[in-house]
Amino acid sequence: MISRVAAVICWVLAIGLALFLVLPLIVIAAASFSPTPVFDLPLSGASLRWYGRIGRLDGFWPSLSLSLQIAVLSTALSLVAGTLAAIAIARGRLPGATALGTLLVSPLMMPGLVLGIALLQYFRMIGFTATWSALLVAHLVVTLPYVARTMIAGLSRFDFTLVEAARTLGCTYAGGVLRVMVPALAPSFLIAGLFSLLASFDNYPVSIFLTDVRSKTLPIRMLQYIEEAPDPTLAALSTLILAGTLVLLLISDRLVGLHRMAGTGD
Amino acid sequence: MTEAVLSAPVVKPAPDRERLAAFGFIAPSMLIIALVFVLPLALLLGVSVLDAKGGINSANYTRLLGTPYYLGVIWNSLRLGLLTTLIAFLVSYPAAFALARARGPLRSTLLATLFLPLAASVIVKAFAWTILLRGDGLINTVLITLGIIEDPIRMIFTQTALITGAVNIFLPFMVLPIYAVVAQLDGRYAEAAATLGASPIVVFFRVILPLTLPGIIAGVALVFSLSVSAYVVPMLLIGEKYPTLATTIAKAYLLAREPGFGAAAGVVLLAIAVIVVALSTLLSREPK
Repeated sequence: MISRVAAVICWVLAIGLALFLVLPLIVIAAASFSPTPVFDLPLSGASLRWYGRIGRLDGFWPSLSLSLQIAVLSTALSLVAGTLAAIAIARGRLPGATALGTLLVSPLMMPGLVLGIALLQYFRMIGFTATWSALLVAHLVVTLPYVARTMIAGLSRFDFTLVEAARTLGCTYAGGVLRVMVPALAPSFLIAGLFSLLASFDNYPVSIFLTDVRSKTLPIRMLQYIEEAPDPTLAALSTLILAGTLVLLLISDRLVGLHRMAGTGD
Repeated sequence: MTEAVLSAPVVKPAPDRERLAAFGFIAPSMLIIALVFVLPLALLLGVSVLDAKGGINSANYTRLLGTPYYLGVIWNSLRLGLLTTLIAFLVSYPAAFALARARGPLRSTLLATLFLPLAASVIVKAFAWTILLRGDGLINTVLITLGIIEDPIRMIFTQTALITGAVNIFLPFMVLPIYAVVAQLDGRYAEAAATLGASPIVVFFRVILPLTLPGIIAGVALVFSLSVSAYVVPMLLIGEKYPTLATTIAKAYLLAREPGFGAAAGVVLLAIAVIVVALSTLLSREPK
């Protein structure tokens, strides 16, 4: 009886939590179709005018392009460096592997804002003033821990003797890695890549101290827009990003299953 | 060496060669962490003891830890972190069990509601809450239409708004790690305990809770460290009325041009984060 009651409470909380989590997303999507510049909810009609204005946002294209460049590059670099590090840690032939793993993942728990001011100070001191490169290097610290965490978790379940088995069957070492290890780890790569891309694309607290007037990342441009003239254009832009992410999630669910993403993305 | 390769296709490399390879594999990541994480943070420690004239002293820390106003700021940050973590945990833990029980399209839908908000920008979600909580916002409109209240309740720029927004934004970081352990929970342990005569409450506290502890620790540590240092959420949802360490740091750097003082505030925030990491590492090692 008690467990029946507990089960009902659990379900009510789970459904409530799901609704609570999507509530702001629904509000944004609804606001994006607002016919007026103010968000009068419920809407008095529907309009697509704000979607047409996205591309004409002040400085939108350069910011989008900058954010995409930084996110894609830092993710690619993190995937390479992070996977290599995860292999070294997961194989356990390294002294102090656990401690190194903790160090590698720890930036995830550090306040982004503190990292931002620390980097600002540091780059100034060593005379590193190129904004683009500074952003890329800084974002590596944002994305690398995500990749390392996911790949260490993924590799801890991988049986390395499979690669040796492939070699016994005539594969070269590189061939064994490519044909056995890479496919087995594909879900982990996908999850690590996705989380890393989003972490960089949405990063505000580290980037705010490193951007200048000419090069602003998209989140910084967006916050500035909210503070100056909040109209539904931003909601329209966010709705498009959300729609794109929903498609990515549907594809990932087909390819790996969201439950596996939740399991390894701890 | 060549003969060995010819005679046996599987050759285990010498241990020191493997170790060397491992060092090579981890070197790029460690170089990044050392140069762009450890070194800048160490430098920050140095800057935090500099005063406006470049002298080295503890003035910044005296100001931060010796004035009631700034002690209040530190407490504001801790309070935001503690409340957000507590509420998020109380909701997430039971919900994770239902989530782990779900199958098929229901499971995919529920998990999508966890992943999708993660993909939405923090800025956009905080912005959505300002729309929801405004005087003429959705929540007030609904409550007035239903006749529950007559005049709009002031919600935006209150602590309720701040905590609601923070819980909403950081909730997935609590649910996901807990879900990961609950989903792998072997139901036979609970059954075995029940067969041996344990009541449901005993089963929960002696079997289920200890087995799910790693997920709880991970979730609590993550949500606390994220919410204690949140910047966008307090800025948009409560503003100047609730100064936190994060907003103080930003102000010191972007407006007041007091890097020394900002750095000291940063070091305090960093110290809180380091304590959380150390505690969670220590606690998650224990039960095994």
